[in-house]
Amino acid sequence: MNFFVVDAFLMVLLTIIGVMAVKQHRLFGVIILSGSYSLVAATWFVVLDAVDVAFTEAAVGAGVSTVLALATLSQVRSNEKKRPIEPLALTVSIGAGLLLLLAVMDMPLFKDPSAPVHVHVGPHYIGESGAEIGVPNIVTSVLASYRSFDTLGETVVVFAAAVSVFLVLAGWTRKRKSKDEA
Amino acid sequence: MHDDPVIRVVSKVLIPTIMLFGLYVQFHGDYGPGGGFQAGVIFASAFLLNAIVFGMNKGRHVWSPAFNLQCIALGVLVYGGTGIAGLLLDGNFLDFNVLLANPVAGQHLGILLVEFGVGLTVASVMVGLFFAFASRPAHNRLMHQEDTRLLKSSTEATAEPTTTGASVSKKGEVKK
Repeated sequence: MNFFVVDAFLMVLLTIIGVMAVKQHRLFGVIILSGSYSLVAATWFVVLDAVDVAFTEAAVGAGVSTVLALATLSQVRSNEKKRPIEPLALTVSIGAGLLLLLAVMDMPLFKDPSAPVHVHVGPHYIGESGAEIGVPNIVTSVLASYRSFDTLGETVVVFAAAVSVFLVLAGWTRKRKSKDEA
Repeated sequence: MHDDPVIRVVSKVLIPTIMLFGLYVQFHGDYGPGGGFQAGVIFASAFLLNAIVFGMNKGRHVWSPAFNLQCIALGVLVYGGTGIAGLLLDGNFLDFNVLLANPVAGQHLGILLVEFGVGLTVASVMVGLFFAFASRPAHNRLMHQEDTRLLKSSTEATAEPTTTGASVSKKGEVKK
């Protein structure tokens, strides 16, 4: 019951921060608000006992991506243009939101032992990973060994994303040559 | 910002601590929460803090762009190489059981190598992305001034000294 109060408090906080970020027109404020959103989300993940996810959310969402967004902000204008709300866009987003809510109702309840995620490979990981992998942190053994192929894919995605950013923002790796040299 | 002594001193204390914590998260990921992704980001944030507080040139001196590019590729290669090592030792791709005589020890070694590859790539990607954005000249204020000046010259009749001939002739037409 105590956890319900904490959950509800964090959810309300997340909603308030989200609405504030939408209302805010100065992009600096939006970046800071999205960082604090990540921090509150990380707290909520800790409440859900997903410590590894919380760790990632705090380090990536609240930490580095805020800094990267601020670095991007130095390249663009710092104010969002004020525009009237377009009725078509409003209809589409409300419709998509309602569809998502409909999909959420079909999902198994939280902590439901008969949920698909708890009856497929999960029991094997929890029961056997100690003997098969011998690593106390099951998250690590799933991420690095059982699901190693996925993690390789993620690493390649990070690699490819970085390479494409460097291609777009070329010229930072070498000192600018003078024209007669080139 | 980098003239503030408090920020300089505090970051000098913080940077090695952050790096040590990053290494702890990297190599303790088997036992506690953590792993390559988180460790890479934490390790990179030490270099980001260094570059923010002491300037981009110092930052680039510590972690040079060429070294950074090599590290990004090396991390993926370490990961893929661990997988291929499994193939060469008569196992499947990314099969860690065959890496050592004892399957559990092989799993340990495989996970350690793979996590190291992830950490290396993520850390250098984060540093590289920050440098890629932050080492470009800041267009923000400049562009904003240009925008407002354009706006002024199009709405007001008074000509500014920097406006070009074309806009002046347009204004002349408006005056008529």
